[in-house]
Amino acid sequence: MSILDLFKRRTSAPVARERLQVLLAYERRSRGQPDLVSVLREEILAVIAKHVQIDQDYIQVSMDRGETMSTLEIDIQIPNKSAVPLAMAG
Amino acid sequence: MGKVVVVTSGKGGVGKTTSTAALGAAVAKTGKRVALVDFDVGLRNLDLIMGAERRVVFDLVNVIQGTAKLSQALIRDKRLETLYLLPASQTRDKDALTEEGVAEVIARLRQVFDYVFCDSPAGIERGAQLAMRFADEAVIVTNPEVSSVRDSDRIIGLLDARTMRAEQGEHIAKHVLVTRYDAARAARGEMLSIDDVLEILSVPLLGIIPESQDVLRASNLGAPVTLSEPTNAAAKAYLEAARRLEGEDLPVIVPFERKGFLDRLLGRRAA
Repeated sequence: MSILDLFKRRTSAPVARERLQVLLAYERRSRGQPDLVSVLREEILAVIAKHVQIDQDYIQVSMDRGETMSTLEIDIQIPNKSAVPLAMAG
Repeated sequence: MGKVVVVTSGKGGVGKTTSTAALGAAVAKTGKRVALVDFDVGLRNLDLIMGAERRVVFDLVNVIQGTAKLSQALIRDKRLETLYLLPASQTRDKDALTEEGVAEVIARLRQVFDYVFCDSPAGIERGAQLAMRFADEAVIVTNPEVSSVRDSDRIIGLLDARTMRAEQGEHIAKHVLVTRYDAARAARGEMLSIDDVLEILSVPLLGIIPESQDVLRASNLGAPVTLSEPTNAAAKAYLEAARRLEGEDLPVIVPFERKGFLDRLLGRRAA
């Protein structure tokens, strides 16, 4: 870090813009979908969180609607670091 | 047939009521007949901002329930004879408004007035949805701040899905009104810029209202800022926004703050 950096203040507006763009892209995608997916996502997250520490960013639930059949895709990533059962960790 | 404009935002405290009063008064000043309808049942405030709080006898819920006539509930402004207010009730019953009732009141107001401004409650629940339900146009009040922009995006989604016009496959005109804009902070990159807000929401800009003590003073006095202090910066911005709402092609000038000496010295950059 140079001396000059001490005087430079990082501006926060570009960070705000970027965070909003990412968030809204996600929210707009999920807007048209039925609430079922978000309900499932919350409940699955709650069940897993009972046993393993998990961040909600690590769970993806999506629904592919077909003519006669729909596919529910659930992708859960459990980071190794926190993959310790709560009872043992406590 | 008058035009119905909903003033909405999702987030509370961004300036919906203040903007409804200021825009409505600005349009009424041009001789158009304007009705301001407060949809915030249980938490009405438009009467207070308009300085008519002691003149409320009947309200929107009374009209819908048939206990008062529309003409009895409408309050004429003391300053402008073309400006009227239909207050919300202070009842705690959230279901006091029915869709059929609102439809009828709006239809009747449309026949008499050139403009009907619906001041939406905060949130995305029933009250907010009823306020936008019969709108032809929407003014989305947004502060240049992350939570307000996110909520505005949500409201835009609702406008495109839940309004009568949207359901009938018609277009609902939307405008963003940026309020509480602080040019100095935006120049220092501490606040979302107008370009940021417009790029994210992709809705055309109706106006930029600078952060101003005059707006607060106008609220204290119970007068729309466009009537009480029409030469102030915020009032001018509202008057121009009202002209754009009426279809005038008036360029928006972003309030500009020259960089201070200290900012240059410290190399602070605008975003």
